[in-house]
Amino acid sequence: MGSSRSPLAEQATDPGATAPAHRGAWRGQGPVVCAVAVGGAAGAVARYGAALLWPTAAGTFPWTTFAVNAVGCALIGVLLVLITEVWAAHRLVRPFFGTGVLGGFTTFSTYAVDIQRLVDGGSPATGLIYLAATPLAALTAVWAAVAVTRRAMGVSGAGRASGAGSRGSADGADGGNGSSGADSTSGGGAR
Amino acid sequence: MNWLLVVVGAMVGAPLRYLTDRAVQTRHDSVFPWGTFVVNASGCLVLGLLTGAVTAGAASSQLQLLLGTGFCGALTTYSTFSYETLRLAEDGARLFAVANVVMSVAVGLGAAFGGAALARAIWG
Repeated sequence: MGSSRSPLAEQATDPGATAPAHRGAWRGQGPVVCAVAVGGAAGAVARYGAALLWPTAAGTFPWTTFAVNAVGCALIGVLLVLITEVWAAHRLVRPFFGTGVLGGFTTFSTYAVDIQRLVDGGSPATGLIYLAATPLAALTAVWAAVAVTRRAMGVSGAGRASGAGSRGSADGADGGNGSSGADSTSGGGAR
Repeated sequence: MNWLLVVVGAMVGAPLRYLTDRAVQTRHDSVFPWGTFVVNASGCLVLGLLTGAVTAGAASSQLQLLLGTGFCGALTTYSTFSYETLRLAEDGARLFAVANVVMSVAVGLGAAFGGAALARAIWG
């Protein structure tokens, strides 16, 4: 089994080994890309639905996008604690729900362009408040969600992958394999 | 029909974010989440340009749904940005965490304003 899987395993355990791992890193990505695409469509549709349900007038505080981003940040905190620290999830769970649904649900571009429209449209004060309030709410939401989920599930977060092992694991980029390097003794939270 | 435009745009945008992140992350050794930074900045530029084009009457509301709500909305992400910032802070890379927020917001805004200005220059 070794030869076909080794490039990916090598990449997970040794982030520095880019040259030999590079080609193999793209192998077996079909199902992951499909999971991200379908999840992303579901998340974007939910965001579009929220915008239709609670439209915000031009020149006013974009409450709907603000709430969508804050809720999405809270949910990704809960999700990633559950699947990286509590359970050993299926390899498509993180690409579908994390990268796909929550990535598609939340948006950075609408946040930035809404600020530009508020500032250029004669509501610079609202734009500045929105500029500061969104990252504040988003970071508070993800931090609180992670803390509450760890407490509820009885995990400390101390055994979580850290340092070199966590590099490149951005939002399911490796389908949850990012923790395998540093967590080799505990099996990545199979408790 | 409108929903379908959002779905099609997102089905391209979300995988493009994943693949871009993967490509960027395999090419550097820093703990800084450059992949998410790149997709967020790019999405802000495209949406700024598109929104400017719609305002100038050069693009339809259907294109806004396909490229704006669907593609740019799914290409960019706030949840991953926040989670990666939290992880940097938890891993002791506090300076990187602060830099990630400041740079993402500053460059994202710069891209949005730049896109809008470009749209005014072209269609204004």
